[in-house]
Amino acid sequence: MRKALVTGSSRGIGKAIALELARRGYALAVHYAGNQAAAEATAAEAKSLGAPQVVVLGADLSNPQAAQKLVAEAHAALGGLEVLVNNAGITRDTLLIRMKDEDWDAVIATNLSAIFHTTREAIKLMMRAKWGRVINITSVVGILGNPGQANYVAAKAGLIGFTKAVAKEYATRGITVNAVAPGFIESDMTAKLPEAVVAEYLRQIPAGRLGRPEEVAKAVAFLASEDAAYITGQTLCVDGGLTPH
Amino acid sequence: MAILDDVREVIVDKLGVDAEKVVPEARFIEDLGADSLDTVELIMGLEDKFGLEISDEEAEKIRTVQDAIDFIQSKQAQA
Repeated sequence: MRKALVTGSSRGIGKAIALELARRGYALAVHYAGNQAAAEATAAEAKSLGAPQVVVLGADLSNPQAAQKLVAEAHAALGGLEVLVNNAGITRDTLLIRMKDEDWDAVIATNLSAIFHTTREAIKLMMRAKWGRVINITSVVGILGNPGQANYVAAKAGLIGFTKAVAKEYATRGITVNAVAPGFIESDMTAKLPEAVVAEYLRQIPAGRLGRPEEVAKAVAFLASEDAAYITGQTLCVDGGLTPH
Repeated sequence: MAILDDVREVIVDKLGVDAEKVVPEARFIEDLGADSLDTVELIMGLEDKFGLEISDEEAEKIRTVQDAIDFIQSKQAQA
């Protein structure tokens, strides 16, 4: 039985990832930043779908100590940790010339630095086990760029580079490190967008529709599996054809 | 000798080798089969065990079991 920690899994794409792993029999640590009730709901659903064990852990990932501790707690509670899905993320969208230092710092802290802290802890554990999977949820905007998201795009592009470097460092240890880049997915984040913006996105997406969180979760579950053992350092776009690369 | 025993314990744990192979003249890479990541883990294990910090430059020079013992002894003498 594999054990997985999914950060930011109280809702949205993170929740879908947790539930997909639950269906495949993983023991799970469900992490949340603020919404404990939603995390408990994810946990209950995960159990009903077949996860043999589920723990719920709260942590403010913008705090380095808290991020590290989260991994240690998940490892202790589950009795091991073989899969880390770095999914948690925030947005503070605005044009660069209006972007406050706090907007920049908050997004870099949670969407990039936190991944450094959780992954460093997890890799140490995975090295001992000589098996591991790290899956970083980035975004197609990290490849394409997007106006109004200089902070978010910088963090997500940084995550792609981080993924490549760490993949090369631990490939000899049976540890793979990959990124999944969702395109425009039905979620709280895209629900906030004005209708005209969504219509414009839809024109650009070859598949002609937004993606579903479950479609991202399937890609993550594949990369977490034994079947993906020879795939590392990659960024897999789940975006309806928006970003061929 | 206490330091050798403690060093041996870390090496056996990190490199998964038999304790009797961990003799002072044994080289980590050539004799004990360590790769570059193993040596980093070993250095981190020694740091934890002996409560000291070993810089990358210092770690470069630690190639044998005796090197590790000498380094730890010199650090402890400074403390």
